[in-house]
Amino acid sequence: MSNKIDNEVLSASPNKSMQRVQASLARRYAKERRFRRMGISAVITGLLFLSLLFGSIISNGYTAFWQTYIQIEVHFDAEMLDPQGQRSPEALSAANYGGLVKRSLRQMFPQVKKRSDKRKLYHLVSSGAAFQLREMVMNNPQLIGSTALIWVAADDDVDMLMKGHINRHKPEADRRMKDQQISWVDELLQQGRIEQRFNTTFFTAGDSREPELAGIRGAVMGSIFTLLITLALSLPIGVAAALYLEEFAPTNRLTDLIEVNINNLAAVPSIVFGLLGLAVFIGFFGMPRSVPIVGGLVLTLMTLPTIIIASRAALKSVPPSIREAALGIGASRMQTVFHHVLPQALPGMLTGTIIGMAQALGETAPLLMIGMVAFIVDIPGNVMDPSTALPVQIYLWADSPERAFAERTSAAIMVLLAFLITMNTLAVLLRKKFERRW
Amino acid sequence: MFEPAIITHLVIAELPGALRELPSDQLNLLVNNIKNLVFGNIVSGEINPAMQDAADHYQHLHTISRAAQTVVALSLAILCTLLAWRSIHKEQRARNSVERIIMLFLIASSSIAVFTTIGIILSVLFEAIRFFQAVPLTDFMFGLKWSPQMAIREDQVGSSGAFGAVPLFAGTMLISFIAMLVAAPIGLMSAIYLSEYASKRVRNIAKPLLEILAGVPTVVYGFFAALVVAPLIRDSGTLLGLDVASESALTAGLVMGVMIIPFISSLSDDVINAVPQAMRDGSYGLGATRSETIRLVIIPAALPGIVSGMLLGISRAIGETMIVVMAAGLSANLSANPLQAVTTVTVQIVTLLVGDQEFDSPKTLAAFALGLMLFITTLILNVIALHVVRKYREQYE
Repeated sequence: MSNKIDNEVLSASPNKSMQRVQASLARRYAKERRFRRMGISAVITGLLFLSLLFGSIISNGYTAFWQTYIQIEVHFDAEMLDPQGQRSPEALSAANYGGLVKRSLRQMFPQVKKRSDKRKLYHLVSSGAAFQLREMVMNNPQLIGSTALIWVAADDDVDMLMKGHINRHKPEADRRMKDQQISWVDELLQQGRIEQRFNTTFFTAGDSREPELAGIRGAVMGSIFTLLITLALSLPIGVAAALYLEEFAPTNRLTDLIEVNINNLAAVPSIVFGLLGLAVFIGFFGMPRSVPIVGGLVLTLMTLPTIIIASRAALKSVPPSIREAALGIGASRMQTVFHHVLPQALPGMLTGTIIGMAQALGETAPLLMIGMVAFIVDIPGNVMDPSTALPVQIYLWADSPERAFAERTSAAIMVLLAFLITMNTLAVLLRKKFERRW
Repeated sequence: MFEPAIITHLVIAELPGALRELPSDQLNLLVNNIKNLVFGNIVSGEINPAMQDAADHYQHLHTISRAAQTVVALSLAILCTLLAWRSIHKEQRARNSVERIIMLFLIASSSIAVFTTIGIILSVLFEAIRFFQAVPLTDFMFGLKWSPQMAIREDQVGSSGAFGAVPLFAGTMLISFIAMLVAAPIGLMSAIYLSEYASKRVRNIAKPLLEILAGVPTVVYGFFAALVVAPLIRDSGTLLGLDVASESALTAGLVMGVMIIPFISSLSDDVINAVPQAMRDGSYGLGATRSETIRLVIIPAALPGIVSGMLLGISRAIGETMIVVMAAGLSANLSANPLQAVTTVTVQIVTLLVGDQEFDSPKTLAAFALGLMLFITTLILNVIALHVVRKYREQYE
């Protein structure tokens, strides 16, 4: 409202000014409604983005929890596997299992004669089928000579076709699956030799170039090791720092500097922590690349500010009367803090720690800097084994061109989000349970 | 801990002179071979007597070091026991010294934060200074061309090694600007609605839901941008007859904006709630409507806090990495067109440092120079924002 109106309102008679107010009222109410609608639409837009994000990831990824399997009839030919008949593990492990798979496919489709057609036929089953057969024979050499019906993982293209991600009506040249292959798949389907099952490989295998053989176990283990290091370092250090700053530190410029510094560190981009880790831990101390221990150290530095800030808030909420009572009956300051203040503040500190850990779990950029992006098939067994982490695995798979990897990326994201939601729910429950009003 | 380094050094000192004069990379190879010989691994190349000697020497030193370690550990243990034994007597105030030690631990822990900052500054600064010795600072700050491929051979084509960072800064600004264009109005308006208008039930549901957006890892946003938003924008651009790059600045900016919405809304929410109720009541008493109260009383009163929230949001956007790595481009275009692909500082840091690298090529060092710029920019924004927030809190307390 401008001054002009105010002056006129003041100088005019009460009656006249009431009229003015009445006249402007409709306009002002309309404005009010508009403003309100803007607010509602802002909230709805935000929620819309949220549902779009979750909707697209879930609709993309839920199929990855199923995998197509093909039943083949395998004759474990003694001639092919172990011509010398020694049954020694070396001979059995080096035998040509791929050839077995190919032969059973040829027997299933005897009409296929041309070399190029045969090659297309072999592409129906995953290259992992040979490893599956080898493992079976290695575990049970008596299988040799017998014939068995075995379910093996289908190739990712067959899998995509079964899940409807490959459009059959597109021209053949634009499709990864050719007409001939589709007709074989249909034939197998009629014989009941194709089935979709729960995809256990996804949870038990490490990374792989073949989507149907790739799993998140290696990445999950890498994340767990990294987080263990982070937790073991950042919880005690963070709590100790908060205790000092809140309970013991004299108020002077130095303490002030530390405080400003911590608040600033909390807002430093995470990639800068990655640069620090690269220059200091790998460049200066000569630690190996791609190992969870370096990742854990970097993430510790990154989550420390979060934990310190949360822990200080928890300490602040403990009333001074508790400290005074303890000091009054002769406890030292250290005893007061450790026996009386810390136990009261601990739930709040743990909540902050869990939130910090959730942040660390989702962090990718600093791990890229310290080389945790390698293609690693083996599942890491300790903190010194090269590994990736779950978010980095998502980044790696998101770069892969295969359609099947897009599906698996979404599924890995769902697993990651499930972890994060569990952790955050835990934090909320903890806060609810131990929250105390003094 | 330092055992291998010391032993390696001793072994090198014992090597025949000719071998010692080798350039450092070949020497490293040789040392590796010697170590492989010691531990019975596969040795590359053939074994000559000098290497065999060195390996024997290594093994000898290794045995000595083991024995020395045992002796040192044992004597330390005995010494400590003796010390402890001697200090136990009636006048000893054990608690005081224990408490002093705990205190030292607490102080050390709280100074880690300071050391982290110093570590960041030193590590980034040192590498950046080495970079600026190779590439003049003015070229970096004002150069318009960015193509960090260094020529390995003199006559190589297409590797100019130009390190003009202006296109990167411009790209970062463009994407951050788009992000703030999305996040600022939506974040602020939803904060206003939720704190001033919404009923308690709506607030209790909508606020945590919006905050989920803040907990989603950035790599998920990156995937979302590349998989869903980029094709959407490209297709709608084609419908309108526009030529949209598949890695357009618009995609990255839009998704980054979504990421920042909860950040801005929760910071604004805090400052709006900190405005004393008396100011609202005064405004209502004068006959103002709710929106007038908000626009003319609450927002001006909360403005410093809101502005610093925006500054923190901008600093977030500038430092954000995964979204732009996955959704923005790699080629450094100097363009203000949001439909074109631009690249950012963080994208370049990642592309320069991921993969094989050597620590002394300008290409790798450039990443640290960019990191330094990033750190300084975000630090300035953060310091201003946090200072304003602090001042503002004191004002109303």
